[in-house]
Amino acid sequence: MSMVREFAGDEIRKVYRECDESGEIPGGLVDTAWSMGLVSGSIPEEFGGGGGDRSLITGSLIGEELAWGDLSIAMHVLCPALFAYPVLEMGTETQKKELLPMFCCDTFRPASAALIEPRFGFNPYALSTNARSDGDDYVLNGDKCYVPLAADAELILVYAQQGDGVQGFVVERGTSGLKIGEREKNMGIKALATYELSLKDCRVPKYSRLGGQEGCDFGRVLNCSRVALSAMAVGVARAAFEYSRDYAKERVAFGEPIASRQAIAFMLAEMAIEIDATRLMTWEAAWKLDRGEDATREASLVKAYADDMALMVTDRAVQILGGHGYVREHPVELWLRNGRGFYAFDGMAIV
Amino acid sequence: MIDFELEPELAKGVSAARQFAEEQLRPISRYYDEHEHENPDELIDRMWELRRENIFSLGLDPAAGLRTEELCWGDAGLYLCIPGPALGGAAVFSSGTKEQIGKFLGNFNEGRPKWGAMAMTEPHAGSDTAAISTTAVRDGDEWVLNGEKIFVTMGKRALEDSDGFVVVWATVDKSAGRAGMKSFVVPAGTPGMRVEKMEKKLGIRASDTVTIVFDDCRIPFDHILGSPEVKKTDKAGTKGFKGAMATFDATRPIVAAQALGIGRAALDFVKEELERQGITIRYGVPRQSLTALERDIMDMEASYKAAKLLTLRALWMMSQLQPNSLESSMAKTKAGLAITKITQKAVEIMGPLGYSRKYLLEKWMRDGKINDIFEGTGQINMLVTARRVLNYSREQLK
Repeated sequence: MSMVREFAGDEIRKVYRECDESGEIPGGLVDTAWSMGLVSGSIPEEFGGGGGDRSLITGSLIGEELAWGDLSIAMHVLCPALFAYPVLEMGTETQKKELLPMFCCDTFRPASAALIEPRFGFNPYALSTNARSDGDDYVLNGDKCYVPLAADAELILVYAQQGDGVQGFVVERGTSGLKIGEREKNMGIKALATYELSLKDCRVPKYSRLGGQEGCDFGRVLNCSRVALSAMAVGVARAAFEYSRDYAKERVAFGEPIASRQAIAFMLAEMAIEIDATRLMTWEAAWKLDRGEDATREASLVKAYADDMALMVTDRAVQILGGHGYVREHPVELWLRNGRGFYAFDGMAIV
Repeated sequence: MIDFELEPELAKGVSAARQFAEEQLRPISRYYDEHEHENPDELIDRMWELRRENIFSLGLDPAAGLRTEELCWGDAGLYLCIPGPALGGAAVFSSGTKEQIGKFLGNFNEGRPKWGAMAMTEPHAGSDTAAISTTAVRDGDEWVLNGEKIFVTMGKRALEDSDGFVVVWATVDKSAGRAGMKSFVVPAGTPGMRVEKMEKKLGIRASDTVTIVFDDCRIPFDHILGSPEVKKTDKAGTKGFKGAMATFDATRPIVAAQALGIGRAALDFVKEELERQGITIRYGVPRQSLTALERDIMDMEASYKAAKLLTLRALWMMSQLQPNSLESSMAKTKAGLAITKITQKAVEIMGPLGYSRKYLLEKWMRDGKINDIFEGTGQINMLVTARRVLNYSREQLK
C-alpha cells in the first residue's frame, strides 16, 4: 500500500492539474501504475497473474489512495478491472482462460464496461438496453454513456436487460452495430476519456455472455462498484480536507489563522468525522463482499452516504479558501467538480 | 487486518444483553417514564443477581459498546440504573492508585446493590469545567469539602439508597486554575454531605439526577485521586484536570453507544411499522427514483451506521491501548448528531403514532436528547474534535 501511496503522492500529484486542463493522461504514468500489478495481482497464476487474493478491502485501500492522487487518473488506471474482475469472479472457465491473460502482461491494455444509460430515471436494475436471443447469437440494442476509455478499449463488457435480470456481454472492438460516439464533456473527471456508445442490432455469439449458461450475479458487480466508488469518494474528500485544513492554519485574517475561528474549525471537524465514517462504512461493505455475503444494503447505503459526503467536503474546502478556492490556481475547485460526480457514477469503477 | 467480526464468546454477551433488554426492560419502560421518581426495585435486584454475568459488566472494548447499545435499545433510563461503579468507577480506574482501586472498588460486588456516581457540574460551571468553585481544604489528615454539585447522575442511588460513593471534583487552590482541580472519593453516609433536589427531566426519567451539597464534609486524606500537589508552573493542563479529561476520553464512546441503542430502537420501530403496512425500502435503487420516505429511512440508517462504526473504532483502539482521544470525540460528536436526527425524524415520519404516548417513539426522542448534552454537549464535542483535528490547544481554538 505504501507503494500506491507514494505513486499517488509523487507521480499523480505532479501531473494531475495539467491532465485536467489538457484532458490527457500521459501513457507513461498509466504504464507505471499498471506495472504495480494492482489489477493483475489478484488474477490466478494459471492465467499469468500474481495469484493474490481478490479482496475488496485491499481494493478499497488502493482506490482511496489513487483517488486521493486524482480521480480521473485512478479511474483510468483501474479501468481494465471493470472488465477483468467480473470475468475473474463470474466468467466460465473458457472465458477466464481466453480473456484474463491479456490483463497479465506488462503493458496497459484498455478494456471497459458499459452500464449507465443517458436518460432521466436511469435504474441499473432495469436497463433499456436489451439482449434478444436469436439463433446462436444475442442481439443487443440500446444506448450507453459514461463508458471510460471506450474508444481505445479492445473489449467492452456491455450490461443489458434479459428478462427480469441484467446480464453482461463481451463485445469486441469493431463488432458491427457497435458505434462509439464523441468523447463526452463533463463538469469534472476531465482527464478521463468517457464516451457515449450505441448498440444497433449488435450481434455477439452466445458464448460471450458473462458466466455462460448461468449468467452473472449483476447485483454483486454493482455492489463491488459501489464500494469502489465510495472508497474513491473518500480519497477525493480526504485530498480536499487536507488541503483546506492546511490552508486554514496558514491563512491569517483579523490577526489569527482562520482555523482558530469556530466557523471554520467546526466545518473541518465535521469533514474529518464524515470522511472517517464513510471509510469505515466502505470497509464494512467490502468486508462483507469479501466473505461472499450479500451486501446490497451496506453497499447502497455507503454509496449514497459517500456521494453526499464527497460533495459536502469538497464544497466546504472551496468555501474555506473563499475566492482563492474558486480560482484554478488552487486544486479545491477541481476536487469539487470531481466530488460532485459521484451521484452520477454507477458501475464506472471496480476494485 | 480489517475485520468486523466479533469473537463468538463476546457475541454471546451481546445477545444476552439483547434478550435482557427485550424481556426485562421494554415491558416496564413506559411505566418508569411516567412514574418518575419511583424505584424499579425488582429490576435492580434482578440486575444485581446477574452482576457477574457478561451482560452488565463494564468495559471499554467493542463488545462492551455493543452490550450498552442493546441495553439502551431496551431503555436508556433503566440502563443508567444498573447497579455498579459506573462513571465514578471510571474516574477511580483512570486516576486512582492500585490501593485506591482496591479500597473503593474491591468489594463493590459484595452485599447489596451499590452505585458509583461522578459530581462535576455546578450551577455556574457546565461545559466550562475549570470554573468549578467547590473547594477542598487540607486539615491535618483530612480534606474538608464545601460547595454544591448539580446534575449528578444516579447520585441518590449511590448515596442514599446504597453504600456507594461519589467522585467529586473540587479545587484545592483557586489561583492555580486547572492545576488546582482534583477529584475526591466521598463514600455514602459521610457527614456533611447531603442529597438535595431530584430533577424532573425531559427524558431518561428512570435514572435519578440530583444536587449534592457539601457542608464542611470531611474525608480521609488518601481519598484524593492522583497527586495532591499543585504544579503552578503548568497552568494549561496538569494531571488533575487531565485526569478528568482522560475519564471523558474513556467514557465518551460508551455514551455514544447509549445513543446508538436509542437510535436503533427508533429505527427498528419505524421499519417494522412500515413493513406492517406493506411498504418496503428499496435498497440499491438510484436516489432519484426513491420516494422521500425511502430517502429519509436510508439517511437515518446510514447516519446510525456511521456513528456506530466510529464508536466501535474508538473502543477497539482503547482495547488495544492505542491513544484514541480524537477518535472518541469524533464518535461522541457523530452519535449525538445522529441520534437527534434519527429520533426526531422517526417521530415526524410516524405522524400520529410518533407523537402519541401509546408508543415509545416519543419517549426515545426525549431520552435521546440527553446524549447530545451529557458528557459534553454536541458543541463542546465538536470543539474538542476540531482542536484534535487541527492539533490546536485551548488557547489556539477557543
